[in-house]
Amino acid sequence: MSRFLADARLVAAKDLRIEARSRVVLNQVAPFALLVLVLFGFALDADQRTLRAFAPGLFWVAVLLCALLAIQRSVSVEQADGALTGLRLSGMSPAALFIGKASAVFVQLVVLEVLLTAGIIVLYGSEVAQPLLVVATGLLAAVAVACTGTLYGALASGLGVRETLLPILLLPVLAPVLIGATRAFDDALGSAAVDGWAWLGLLAVFAVVATAGGALAYGALVEE
Amino acid sequence: MTETMVTTGTTTGSGGSRVLGAVTLLGLATLLLFAFGLTEPDVRLHPTTGEEIGQFDAVRLLYLHVPLAVFTYVAFVLCAVASAGYLVRRTPWFDTMAHAAAEVGTVFCGLVLVTGSIWGRPVWNTWWEWGDVRLMTTLVLFLMFTGYLALRRATVDPRAAALRGAVVALVAVLDLPLVNRSVEWWENRTLHQKSTLGELKIQDLTLFTLMLGFLVFGLVLAWLLLHRFRVGWLEREDAEHGVATAIAERRAAIDGGDVDAAVGEDA
Repeated sequence: MSRFLADARLVAAKDLRIEARSRVVLNQVAPFALLVLVLFGFALDADQRTLRAFAPGLFWVAVLLCALLAIQRSVSVEQADGALTGLRLSGMSPAALFIGKASAVFVQLVVLEVLLTAGIIVLYGSEVAQPLLVVATGLLAAVAVACTGTLYGALASGLGVRETLLPILLLPVLAPVLIGATRAFDDALGSAAVDGWAWLGLLAVFAVVATAGGALAYGALVEE
Repeated sequence: MTETMVTTGTTTGSGGSRVLGAVTLLGLATLLLFAFGLTEPDVRLHPTTGEEIGQFDAVRLLYLHVPLAVFTYVAFVLCAVASAGYLVRRTPWFDTMAHAAAEVGTVFCGLVLVTGSIWGRPVWNTWWEWGDVRLMTTLVLFLMFTGYLALRRATVDPRAAALRGAVVALVAVLDLPLVNRSVEWWENRTLHQKSTLGELKIQDLTLFTLMLGFLVFGLVLAWLLLHRFRVGWLEREDAEHGVATAIAERRAAIDGGDVDAAVGEDA
């Protein structure tokens, strides 16, 4: 077990080190996230009341769009120079490899979520009524998106049409996450009277299924 | 089972499938006659005001819509079972079946959405109802299997396509209950008929037409599946055969001393 965790940590650290040196997510995806928030503002006529009312949904759509880019990046670093073959030959269990890759995406998603939260507070005038619910939703949804995304990234990897295929494969599957996280944020940001904590249950179920299912299926996919 | 299959010839039809096809077409014609001609429109009188209410002629679409919806789910369940079978046994039979079921299921699913939407316009006064659980679940299902078919089409290596397709199909089926729950809690209200059968005036003819619809669309599904499976099987054989033929031709060229032809024109 400790071997498993050590392997996963190695892989995650590797991906995060690549990110720290290349700064693709920080220099390209993060500005894109803010750009999406601004575009929503343009599209909705810059009416801050409207923006505040729809901030939870806009926030999570922005997260999903950014997640697509982060996942594409996570897949593409393994495509160059046959890196994935090297990882496979390293003797690590595929499940550890999966958890490691997903953890790195998770960390990047959490950073993007923090940035986007600041974005909706500043740009849309949202107010965080329940900080704990915001944090719990952000973490659980990030686990769900990172694990599902890493699995689907492997499904679409090696294909010439990966960039166009990944969104159509991944986004419908993430529909429950979008609905659940948006509803939880509705409560946490006070934009609708719903029980946000109940929605966390759905997110938790999704996160557990995605983690376990991904860890199981990933081995078969990378060793095909 | 696989070796005995007849895969030569220029058609995917066989004696049995031609009979099945003829029965299916006849059944479809009969169903259309009953659904759009012989049955009565749904007209009821309001208990207090005495106004004419009901679904009127729109109800006729349900004779197609409801069986289509049921067999959409049958096809997708079949796809998931075949995908699981592929992951366990890794035989081309399961993979070809999963692909065939997914493709026919996606066509059925599209038809369910279209017929439902056309029916909803006069009855619910809207083409689309966002809060409805079954509508949203079916739409997400349709989108997931569109992705499945796109993935299979984009993957060149047949073994990779089979494996990846199997994983996507199983994820889609696992995800479905979560989609369903989330949409249900999302709006917590639904326009969709709880039980269509309960609300309609069930007369003998109505019930008969609906049952005929189930039978006919069951036959349509079987017929399409059969042919799609055979096309998939032929495609696979063709791919394998193509490689084997190319290797044999090169071997023959080398044996004949024609090395230039064996390694290609450019060498």
